Amino acid sequence: MSGSEFVPLSLVPMLIGICVAVACALPGNFLLLRRQALIGDAISHVVLPGIVVAFLITGAATTWPMLLGAAAAAVVAVMAIEAIRRLGRIEPGAAMGVVFTAMFAAGVLLLEQSDTSNVHLDVEHALYGNLESLIWLDATGWHSLADPAALAHLPVELPRMALTLLAEALFVALLWRPLKISTFDERFARTIGIATGPLGLALVVVSAIAAVAAFDAVGSIIVIAMFICPPATARLITNDLGHQVVWSVGFAALAAVLGYVLAGYGPLWLGYHSSVSAAGMIATVSGAMLALAAVFGRHRHRTGDGAAL
Amino acid sequence: MGLELAVSDGQAMDDHAARMQSPLAIRGMTVSYGQKPAIFSVDMTVAPGAMTAIIGPNGAGKSTLLKAALGIIAPLAGQTLVFGQPIRRQRHKIAYVPQRASVDWDFPTRVLDVVMMGLFPQLGLLRRVRAPHRAKALACLARVGMESFASRQIGQLSGGQQQRVFLARALAQEAQLYLLDEPFAGVDAATEKAIINVLKSLRDAGKTVVAVHHDLSTVSEYFDHVFMINTRKIAEGPLAEAFTERTLQETYGGRLAGAQMDQIGRALAAR
Amino acid sequence: MIRDALLFQLGYNATLVTLGAMLLGMAAGVGGTFLFLRKRALVSDAISHATLPGVGLAFMVMVAFGGDGRNLIGLLGGAAVSAALGLLGVAWLASRTRLAEDAAIGAVLSVFFGFGVVLLTMIQTMSAGQQAGLEGFLLGSTAGMLRSDAMIIAGAAALTLGLVLALRRPLTLAAFDPGFAASTGLNVARTDLAMMGLVLAVTVVGLKIVGLILIVALLIIPPVTARFWTERTDHVVVLSGVFGGGAAYLGAAFSAALPDLPTGPIIVLVGFAIFAVSLLLAPQRGVLSAVLRHRMFQRRVHLRQGLLALAQGQPIYEPLTLRLLRREGLALPDGVATPAGRARAGKALLDETRWQLVRQDPSFEAAAAHYDGLTPIETVLTVDQLDEIDQRLPQPHEVSRP
Repeated sequence: MSGSEFVPLSLVPMLIGICVAVACALPGNFLLLRRQALIGDAISHVVLPGIVVAFLITGAATTWPMLLGAAAAAVVAVMAIEAIRRLGRIEPGAAMGVVFTAMFAAGVLLLEQSDTSNVHLDVEHALYGNLESLIWLDATGWHSLADPAALAHLPVELPRMALTLLAEALFVALLWRPLKISTFDERFARTIGIATGPLGLALVVVSAIAAVAAFDAVGSIIVIAMFICPPATARLITNDLGHQVVWSVGFAALAAVLGYVLAGYGPLWLGYHSSVSAAGMIATVSGAMLALAAVFGRHRHRTGDGAAL
Repeated sequence: MGLELAVSDGQAMDDHAARMQSPLAIRGMTVSYGQKPAIFSVDMTVAPGAMTAIIGPNGAGKSTLLKAALGIIAPLAGQTLVFGQPIRRQRHKIAYVPQRASVDWDFPTRVLDVVMMGLFPQLGLLRRVRAPHRAKALACLARVGMESFASRQIGQLSGGQQQRVFLARALAQEAQLYLLDEPFAGVDAATEKAIINVLKSLRDAGKTVVAVHHDLSTVSEYFDHVFMINTRKIAEGPLAEAFTERTLQETYGGRLAGAQMDQIGRALAAR
Repeated sequence: MIRDALLFQLGYNATLVTLGAMLLGMAAGVGGTFLFLRKRALVSDAISHATLPGVGLAFMVMVAFGGDGRNLIGLLGGAAVSAALGLLGVAWLASRTRLAEDAAIGAVLSVFFGFGVVLLTMIQTMSAGQQAGLEGFLLGSTAGMLRSDAMIIAGAAALTLGLVLALRRPLTLAAFDPGFAASTGLNVARTDLAMMGLVLAVTVVGLKIVGLILIVALLIIPPVTARFWTERTDHVVVLSGVFGGGAAYLGAAFSAALPDLPTGPIIVLVGFAIFAVSLLLAPQRGVLSAVLRHRMFQRRVHLRQGLLALAQGQPIYEPLTLRLLRREGLALPDGVATPAGRARAGKALLDETRWQLVRQDPSFEAAAAHYDGLTPIETVLTVDQLDEIDQRLPQPHEVSRP
């Protein structure tokens, strides 16, 4: 395929897909090891009510209020889960199930009740986004990457997602040691002065930021899949946390590229005349990778005390 | 009725001085899971440079006392002083060895990495790990006889080896006060011997060691001080004063089996 | 309108749907209880999301064979098959690899759902007019439902409820104490399989009413709510069925009577409202009573510790202790006991000293086990026993102060 076709139509969505996948996979590694994998699931469900409430308050579908609303909803959800778990002495899974379903239901209801006909806001969009539509019309080929006039019209989602990715990477790099220590041995971490409570909350908030930023472009399916599948795949092929994180980044990027290509061109090879959901296909590819690692991964089996259980 | 125990001012002053100098002084510690206190109003003044065993029956609150003192669980009431100051400013003087079973040994990391965690207060967030740091961690592993396991996956260790790695991590902290939660639970005899030798060498170097301990028959062999607890403090002090048949009776009630009682009798006699 | 809906006066279809929803809600409440008690509530999330590719594939297969594609039984059959595959996936990942169950659930639900979306986008382009309304399975849609579909759903819901009730006993036994259940000869593995089968049935039947994203709420919220009101497993089962059925009935009726109220979300929100009330106000496990109890308990602890400190002439370090003593008129601001405080302190010390004697004496072992620092010894020993203990009291210094 020539640059004049690839750059305007596929380059940007593909890059966005990669940024989303990696930005979610990075904190996902720690969520996985902390047995909080489903926090990603919960967060991505509550993004919808957050966005709808922000829309109802501001009356416009502008980016920042919606991002803030979604982030606030994620924090509210996490606090509610924690409160219900502690106060009601309910196991975390059930507490999560209560909170995110109720908030999602509230979001759907608000959406149905309010007039959103003039903005692009509906449940299906929230679930699977529209990665394919993020095209760069001003580009005419590879040379456009050096053309300020064309760059000025890059879809805003790309720089936003790149920034998010940068923030996630910084978070993980800066707090690598405390994250690692408190994930492995929380009690010990506390005795050497690591504020494990705030750190755990920060991890969840940072995950929420990734989910929220990604959500607008790609919907919540990719978000959940990328929080879990690439780190889980990496976990099954290595026994070193550093390697696991690096591998998970690689798998996430690969899933994004492969998924996007398969969604765009796969159906054509099969004789269909139009493409399928890129978000769905990226999730599917990440699942296929996980399945392969679960069958062939060098370190797929448990070790340690858990092995006997 | 005015039933009061007269306490002279002089004694109160002594208590105060002892508390301020003690590596670990706990006052009025009460912790409750639900509506029944697990420990009630416990005072403890650990003797400096000694090896103290915290002993008591199952569910008497031994581990709870340590965790509450360290702020791992929130007490209902109570204060902790470490070398006369609130614990927040003294964390670098404490090394804590949690129960082995409290972590997931399937975690993706290696033995040396776990020991390096003990260097975190020195390294901070971003300082590079350099050869001296690695050498120090290896030396700590060597002290517990685990240097050849440095690059081993932690999931491949036996229970005793896990416990030794935890102890090595505590050594890397270069603390003044070592707090261990059941260090001998479920470990092999060789490990038990190795651990106790390391702890004794720590004491001989002037450090203070406090360990939650289960096996009454080895108390007098391993430790020089005891702290006996059953919801409340029963006794505290050097073995000869505090570890007596009377305090054992009060701590364990009738729960001590005959054989165990014999063992202790022999241990007491041998002293 | 609402009254009509609640009284089943809104026409045959709406009545069937409301009735079906109520039966389904009961079945989900009862079935979900077992899942909740086995601490596997979110497995249902994987199951429900995993239905989507089945729905899509069933549609495509039916069209390929020249059918309508919208046959409800066919679609639900497909949903059941792929949900079962998803469940197998979760079990396989959690048992055969090092991944924990939560990761397995998340992986299965996102991947199956993603694949389902791929299929949906394929179907959308298959041929116009085949707009099958499969999106309705995401959030449920009962408006404009065919009469035959309404009957299928009401019938299936009734059948599911019957099944849940029939399997109630073994499921309760296995949920309450798997070890004991196995010792009575119950096949726990098979019972678990039956439980998952029930959850699967609830999910599939609920797809059209509540939708696959929210069906988990029907399985999770009622048992969690019921747990607040009772400690007994069998009561949780019954209450959960009542809450589930009630929420679904009210929600479906509201939805039928008012415009723009999708059935699934409104059912979930009614359920959540019942939950929120229970969380706050339940008499034993509710938050309000727990907070009150905790504060009273903390007061007792601090008062007791303060009194003992006064009795033993020790300084009082904790501000809260001193504040409580002052408020009760037991101590002055500088920590010195008032006359009343000295009297209470004396009593506390006497109590504590008696306890100490009891704990030293093996013959009082049963009584000694009641010691928790707070229980007055008079509530544990008889008057005669107390006298016996008092004989051994050390002769106290009778300190008489002016």
